[in-house]
Amino acid sequence: MSTILDIESAWERQMTIEEKGVWIYGILAVVVPIVYFVSIGGQIAGRSASEIDYASQLLTAIGAAIVLAIVANIIIAILSPKEAGMKDERDRRISHLGERVGFYVLGVLVLAPLALALLRYDQFWIANSIYLASVLAAVASAAVRVVAYRRGF
Amino acid sequence: MVKPTAVTNDIRALRTQTNEMTQAELAALIGVTRQTVIAIEQGRYSPTLEMAFRIAHALGRPLEQVFHYPVEDAR
Repeated sequence: MSTILDIESAWERQMTIEEKGVWIYGILAVVVPIVYFVSIGGQIAGRSASEIDYASQLLTAIGAAIVLAIVANIIIAILSPKEAGMKDERDRRISHLGERVGFYVLGVLVLAPLALALLRYDQFWIANSIYLASVLAAVASAAVRVVAYRRGF
Repeated sequence: MVKPTAVTNDIRALRTQTNEMTQAELAALIGVTRQTVIAIEQGRYSPTLEMAFRIAHALGRPLEQVFHYPVEDAR
């Protein structure tokens, strides 16, 4: 009996492959934008927004996050082949919860770039506020899903 | 930790009574991850009605012997 309990407590520390994917999504949604905004932030000082060449860096940040997420998920699937593709009803319900939260956060935050556009701010601010809104929605979505996996749902 | 569901269950005890069935074995029988079985046993996840019936069937018990709901407290 104690052997069974020991095995079970070890299992409790493990995550499903879906939860690992959520952690990767969340970490990338924090780390990549921080690198991008630090890089862009360093160029803002002493310049007007229209002079900053942000487009290539913004596209690189978006592309890098997508590629890194795909690579990380492939590595996870290789490391735990038995669980690869395994997604049950709890995973799906938590995923839906995360999507819903992300949608609401994005729905509210998208008002910022809308306001900036209406006030005729430079495209730099509009593009970056859209990116920031999507990043914060992704972080909120990941955070809610991690809490749902850990605390209960 | 705040329990997100008022539904309780005796899955752990019933597994032991059912040929010492492990969480992994039950998970395979009902088509979920073992982490989901752990979450259900700990009251961290309230399964769908369909899943609840599948668990009861796997344990060879009627649903009300596996899951309990405090009707009086919920009112």
